[in-house]
Amino acid sequence: MPSHDVLIIGAGLAGQRAALAAAQTGATVAIISKVHPVRSHSVAAAGGINAALNPEDTWESHAFDTIKGSDYLGDQDAIEIMCREAPNEILWLEHAGVTFHRNETGHLGTRAFGGASAARTYYVADITGHAILHVLYEQLMKYSEQIDRYEEWFTTDLLQDDEGRCVGAICRNLRDGELQLFDAKTVILASGGAGQAYRPTTNGLIVTGDGIAQAYRIGARLMDMEMIQYHPTTLAGNGLLITEGARGEGAQLFNAKGERFMEKYAPNKLELASRDVVSRAEQTEINEGNGFPDGTVALDITKVPKRRVLEALREIVNIGRDFAGVDITREPIHIHPGQHYIMGGVKTDVDGQTTIPGLYAAGEVACVSVHGGNRLGANSLLDTLIFGRRSGEHAAQQALHRSMPSSPISRLNDTQANIQGIIDRPEGGRRVSSIKDELGDTMNRYVAVFRDEDGLLKAHEIVRRLKEEAPRANIDDRGTVFNQDVIGAIELGYMLDVAEATVVGALERKESRGAQFRTDFPERKDEEWLKHIDIAVNGDDVPKVSYSPVTITKWEPQERTY
Amino acid sequence: MAEYTLKIRRFDPQSGEAAYWDEHQLDLAPTASVLDAILKVRDEVDGSVGIRCSCQQAICGSCGVRMNGKPGLACNTHLDEAAARTHGVGWNPEDEADGDLTPPRVITVEPMGNMPVIRDLIVDMDAVHWKKIQRVTPFLINQEPVPEREYIVPHENMVDVTQTMACIQCGACVSDCLSMEIDPLFVGPAALAKAYRFVGDPRDAEHFDRLNDLSQDEHGIYDCTHCFNCIDACPKGVDPMSQIMRLRRKAGSDHKIVDNNNGHRHEDAFVGLVRDYGLLNEAELLPRSYGGNSWFGKFHPAAGKELVSSLSSIVLGVVRGKVSPKIALMGHKLPKRDLASLKRIYSTVEGREERIELNLYVSGYEDDPVETTPVQKPPSVTESAEPDTASADASDSAPADKSPTFPGPDGQGEPGPSESEN
Repeated sequence: MPSHDVLIIGAGLAGQRAALAAAQTGATVAIISKVHPVRSHSVAAAGGINAALNPEDTWESHAFDTIKGSDYLGDQDAIEIMCREAPNEILWLEHAGVTFHRNETGHLGTRAFGGASAARTYYVADITGHAILHVLYEQLMKYSEQIDRYEEWFTTDLLQDDEGRCVGAICRNLRDGELQLFDAKTVILASGGAGQAYRPTTNGLIVTGDGIAQAYRIGARLMDMEMIQYHPTTLAGNGLLITEGARGEGAQLFNAKGERFMEKYAPNKLELASRDVVSRAEQTEINEGNGFPDGTVALDITKVPKRRVLEALREIVNIGRDFAGVDITREPIHIHPGQHYIMGGVKTDVDGQTTIPGLYAAGEVACVSVHGGNRLGANSLLDTLIFGRRSGEHAAQQALHRSMPSSPISRLNDTQANIQGIIDRPEGGRRVSSIKDELGDTMNRYVAVFRDEDGLLKAHEIVRRLKEEAPRANIDDRGTVFNQDVIGAIELGYMLDVAEATVVGALERKESRGAQFRTDFPERKDEEWLKHIDIAVNGDDVPKVSYSPVTITKWEPQERTY
Repeated sequence: MAEYTLKIRRFDPQSGEAAYWDEHQLDLAPTASVLDAILKVRDEVDGSVGIRCSCQQAICGSCGVRMNGKPGLACNTHLDEAAARTHGVGWNPEDEADGDLTPPRVITVEPMGNMPVIRDLIVDMDAVHWKKIQRVTPFLINQEPVPEREYIVPHENMVDVTQTMACIQCGACVSDCLSMEIDPLFVGPAALAKAYRFVGDPRDAEHFDRLNDLSQDEHGIYDCTHCFNCIDACPKGVDPMSQIMRLRRKAGSDHKIVDNNNGHRHEDAFVGLVRDYGLLNEAELLPRSYGGNSWFGKFHPAAGKELVSSLSSIVLGVVRGKVSPKIALMGHKLPKRDLASLKRIYSTVEGREERIELNLYVSGYEDDPVETTPVQKPPSVTESAEPDTASADASDSAPADKSPTFPGPDGQGEPGPSESEN
């Protein structure tokens, strides 16, 4: 049985960064991922990564922008840490080989991004996440002696000892169906968000809330789950992402009447207001009949010089051509708000520790909370790296003082029986895809940019019903080699857990803040709701809700305008 | 919407059965992707169809497959585009004067080539692709001392390596690499493109060692035969073959690496012969590439050995009338005037101070494209408002290993002087 000081689940940016940090601290490390690490969805992050690295910029300015962006729901101690440590992280990446854009003097150059008071977004064309992810994987290959990689292994369960401490995980090798029990002194979840609970979403098919649900099921608190980010510029139909970098480079938004409508909603920052503001503006235009017949508004990238587009926005040229049949250098492209990111996740402290001893979380799976009610563009890559590293270091240090746990083999047999139960399901249930589609459509209809109690109650009712249907969903594949059918059924269960937590949180928060806009409670109410909503598992019942305070250091809540 | 026949190559290693075609009729828009079609089958009909996929926007690199014989990503290949391939490359419906203009609507989907199949459309990339990536020391070896702040690197250099950085490791180029089919040990297009990512990066300290390593390896950069398959296959415009040629130019011309595969001298001989005669003179090629461009070179032992070994095919060519004895000995020669024009091309290209390399990512802000001159430093809009970041010691700044970029996103031609077959 494999045993390691630190076991990392998920190999996107947070997981890989944690692995490198833990190995550097002297721990033995294993990193497990259900896909090859470079397929992780961090690869799709396009626009860049924020840091106040310029001598004229300050981390305080970055922190304030982040706090304002979060609609004051972000924890300011965590935000301070993230923004202070950002410049060194950028330099670490640069030294590791990330091919960041340079300015004319050969120094690191920046681009403008939404909600930021300075141009502090460092980038590689519009493949920033891709470039960083591949460079981190280069480093994993470099340190392959210290870091064991388990690629295409699917985690099914987190293990706890009698005291409730997390002591490892059970994982299935997708290639041959072999189950393996991984003992570990500490476990770091870095398995990303849950965008597939929505349809459409900018997230890949692998982004199914695995880590959030796994932690939730063993009793970890979730936090800010109602905060779902709708990105302002996603393609009509398939929901593919058009990077915010486009607006950072000067692209503008127009309604069907040809009005640059952001002048109305955010007269100062215009298209570069924070994402919740721009998405709401677009949705308002569309709802009021000012959109195009396909339920969209137009993003005009022709405002950006063509050569600049070919250098810095190459990827969306391809996306426009391949997925919308539009040459974005010549004509506007139709977009609408689409699900992109979840601000909430497994509640952690600034070292990544969850409410379960021995269990850490970092990246989109976690909620530190640095994003609060709304994440700023280019802060998510930063979040994954800063808190990935901090988790890795802290988990490794903790591990040095502990002896290696040993979970009983019976746990393996339980999991084996569970999986066999799925494979042996009688035929005739609903198809996994059909349940998943209904979930996605429901969430996108009722738990989206605008919400109200009726819709949320309806959504909750549907999610509860789907939770009953899911365990009977039909399975076609009875084999053990790359049985993606069984994995899909397990992932469906994860998504339903996450969706319920989201709906319950959204129902609970009777105000409008950040990404949560309740048409029945359109005002922000700091006296009553300047607090986090925590969600905890409650058997098979509706989850339990509790509150935790928002940490405020030096930035008192103010009215938020852009 | 249109009716398509989707034929998926299925293989289940546990069944004991051979691979087979699994056929489905689907009604989908011609602009739907091949992956959309496969997922429709998986979602609605048969959940056991095996394919790796995630992002559906050609960035994660999971869904590399062969569609109607051609490798690529299932997610960004439209059904009509894949279907048209059954007519062969260059088919144009407007040319079909008689009868049916509709493209055939049959699409076959197979696993990629050159890699073992695990199941259905899933291949073992670890066994081939990733092993080769590991072969090229795939991480930056830092120039020392590592600066306190960032390395100071010319803007153009970073834009230049971004093309190889854009590789998504999908394996499409590996799938149809002809050299790898013949020599499975060939380092291959993806890994060599990865190697360029470091050789073209001024922050890397071991350019010479990397180039020397890949030049001396008989499965290295000189093992490529210029078939262009990887350039055709690559869904991201990385142009692996172009990167291999750039590695060769850097190794042979810039670093003067003499490789024991005779690769660089062979290229030199090729280039020299075309300059001298206007056409390739096969009889002269081997002596020159082994002995150098001099009269004595013809008597170089290695040249003699190669010449003797190819004697049988020369004789056969003469006997069958494919070549006259005169041409076999003296070679072709262009008329004087044409040869003079050709030489002017050579002197223009070789007379340039800097070699022009084509790049997918152009650099700059101006709207009017610059055609043939290296791109000048562009006035920068975002950065002009931004103060210089504190600079590292000047000695930290990497050597100005300039590779000017060149407009033309689809440009695949090679203006460099050293083209050859190997």
